[in-house]
Amino acid sequence: MPFRILKKKILAPNIKKIIVKAPLIARKAKAGQFVILRVDEHGERIPLTLVDWNEKEGTITLIFQEVGVSTLKLGLLEEGDEIHDILGPVGNPGEYVRDQTICVVAGGVGIGAAYPRTKQLKELGNYIVSIIGARSAELLILEEEMKKYSDEIYITTDDGSKGRKGFVTEVLKELLEKGRKFDQVLSIGPPIMMKVTCDVTKPFGVKTIVSLNSMMVCGMGMCGACRVTVGGETKFTCVHGPEFDGHLVDFNELMMRLRMYKEEEQIALEKFKKNILVKSHASG
Amino acid sequence: MPLDKERLKRVPMRELSVEERIKTFNEVPLGYTEEEAIKEASRCLQCVKPFCVGGCPVGINIPAFIKAISKGEFEEALKIIRKANIIPAITGRVCPQEDQCEGRCVMHKIGDPINIGALERFIGDWALKHKSELFKVPEIPKKNKQVAVIGSGPAGIAAAADLAKMGYDVTMFEALHEPGGVLMYGIPEFRLPKRIVRSELEYLRKLGVEIKTNVLIGRTITLDELLKEFDAIFIGTGAGLPRFLGVPGENLNGIYSANEFLIRINLMRAFEFPEKSDTPIKVFGTVAVIGGGNVAMDAARSALRMGAEEVKIIYRRTEKEMPARAEEIRRAKEEGIQFKLLTQPIEFIGENGYVKKIKCIKMKLGEPDESGRRRPIPIPGSEFEEKADIVVLAVGQRPNTTVTFGTNNLKLTKWGTIWVNPETLETSIKGVFAGGDIVTGAATVISAMGAGRKAAKSINAFLSKQ
Repeated sequence: MPFRILKKKILAPNIKKIIVKAPLIARKAKAGQFVILRVDEHGERIPLTLVDWNEKEGTITLIFQEVGVSTLKLGLLEEGDEIHDILGPVGNPGEYVRDQTICVVAGGVGIGAAYPRTKQLKELGNYIVSIIGARSAELLILEEEMKKYSDEIYITTDDGSKGRKGFVTEVLKELLEKGRKFDQVLSIGPPIMMKVTCDVTKPFGVKTIVSLNSMMVCGMGMCGACRVTVGGETKFTCVHGPEFDGHLVDFNELMMRLRMYKEEEQIALEKFKKNILVKSHASG
Repeated sequence: MPLDKERLKRVPMRELSVEERIKTFNEVPLGYTEEEAIKEASRCLQCVKPFCVGGCPVGINIPAFIKAISKGEFEEALKIIRKANIIPAITGRVCPQEDQCEGRCVMHKIGDPINIGALERFIGDWALKHKSELFKVPEIPKKNKQVAVIGSGPAGIAAAADLAKMGYDVTMFEALHEPGGVLMYGIPEFRLPKRIVRSELEYLRKLGVEIKTNVLIGRTITLDELLKEFDAIFIGTGAGLPRFLGVPGENLNGIYSANEFLIRINLMRAFEFPEKSDTPIKVFGTVAVIGGGNVAMDAARSALRMGAEEVKIIYRRTEKEMPARAEEIRRAKEEGIQFKLLTQPIEFIGENGYVKKIKCIKMKLGEPDESGRRRPIPIPGSEFEEKADIVVLAVGQRPNTTVTFGTNNLKLTKWGTIWVNPETLETSIKGVFAGGDIVTGAATVISAMGAGRKAAKSINAFLSKQ
């Protein structure tokens, strides 16, 4: 079954959106789930959150930031090209809650992963307060989509080029300090952002759900690459998550494990860039 | 041939020298030549009541195929084997023959048992070499009934082959991107070359089996949904979930489950990183492998080939209690792997997030436990530290029950395996059968294949009644 890219859109520098033919996955996808993807025959298996899906069209939408060889390779594929393998949907769907006030805290490319949950929670009748942020205005993605499914929205950028200058967690802290009540906070983004979110909400006793972006290989509980300590127990992000109670997650361990192959990733990246230069030189 | 001295001894199989083998992933035992195979086959006494067959979980007519080899009739030998086993090149390599067919060979009483495994492998390899003409499949009358096989490992392969030969339309579902199950992701190249697994699976496709990869039953499609489209289902999803020790420091960087370590190497080809594989792996300095089974030997020997300076196996009992095959233990030792026995890790100690040392405790053997092996008991005050830059945990696997997601009627046992009627291998859902490690817990390739064949028979009986 070919996983053909039907549409491709550049959302921001190095952040791309693709719509891919994957009818079996589109039929079953639920907000909070992800896929495991292998770009080509040499590719590694990487997890990407399902951003959107259309059962009728048999398509799924993925958003990714080009940070390593796999995502750079994926970014090079054009409309009409095929992705070698996509497995999914995997992971547990996010918990259904109704009639609550929920604060969605999302940052960077994580907004892509937060969007389907925001949409779902809004459709389930919850009151949504979104706080989204990025390093700068040009890197902020899905602003319109998030607005559509939020009752209130706050925007931050690290450099102040859009919205408020600073971090999403600062806005959250202020809201909580002002006495704003949330039944739940859903935080999706870089691990450090999720960690700080949890640090902010803990003194207020607000239930905080995070969606972890652990390194993965199999995506179905076979390998344990994505293991993480939650409440003192080892859990697999792929089968027990990806969403967990943030106040129980050992974020330091998560971040440490995400750095495991830093050296190797650098080697691969340099080799990849060199090859691309050689190719473009040859064709130019 | 008279029962002379020469006949009592096995024709030895050539092996790659230790110096050559630890630098590459090339296969270690090199296989018989035609002459060697004929010579070894001629040692067989052709017993009227062959005990060897009783030791074969799939019931290959062993004396018959050996006789054919002794006459140089290799194609005939292949036909005989294939009636019971479509993947002789694989089973000839990975079966624990010493506990099965060869273990029961009467030659044991007077000399070496016949090297049945090597002869089976010889025929399997010979068939792969002469592929085109030998892979023709006879026209099979179609029964127009659909059977789904979940999992493409040994159990699934055996079930699918038999069902296809009976005339059923078989669709096989594999969750990973390549079929073969443990044959592909678990057993290393130097013990089972992946080109051989791929070729043997080619034969399955020739039999008409459709293999669908990237489909995780329980997630992509549920069992209940499959039941609407298929007349019967076989579940052979294996025991693919890794066990951990549950000791402090186990999630430090540089600590792998054996599954992850072997998947990165075998399935993802991390040994070709970064040239031809994007999947990295860390192997350097001192590698400690925890466990004493075949998976531990595979991981240790793989670590050596990946460039480890030294590799040690840490096991809590003695060599005698090790579940690994004697042959694998021998090869591991030949290659210079150290054995630290009666030793149990109790903590992993790291530096900057990466493992550096293992805190261990010395053990002694007590009374036999339920497995019949003597139970290891920690010796108080005997703690010590072992250096380790990389750790691989090969302490067992549990069944993978993802297949049960989205269905309520599939009964499990208290061990998390799928409950089946032992006679028919039918599960608590009518028309759904299961076999292999998902039923028994982690066992061997060939016992899973035996279960696959048995289930195929039951499925045929079930569908013939309808």
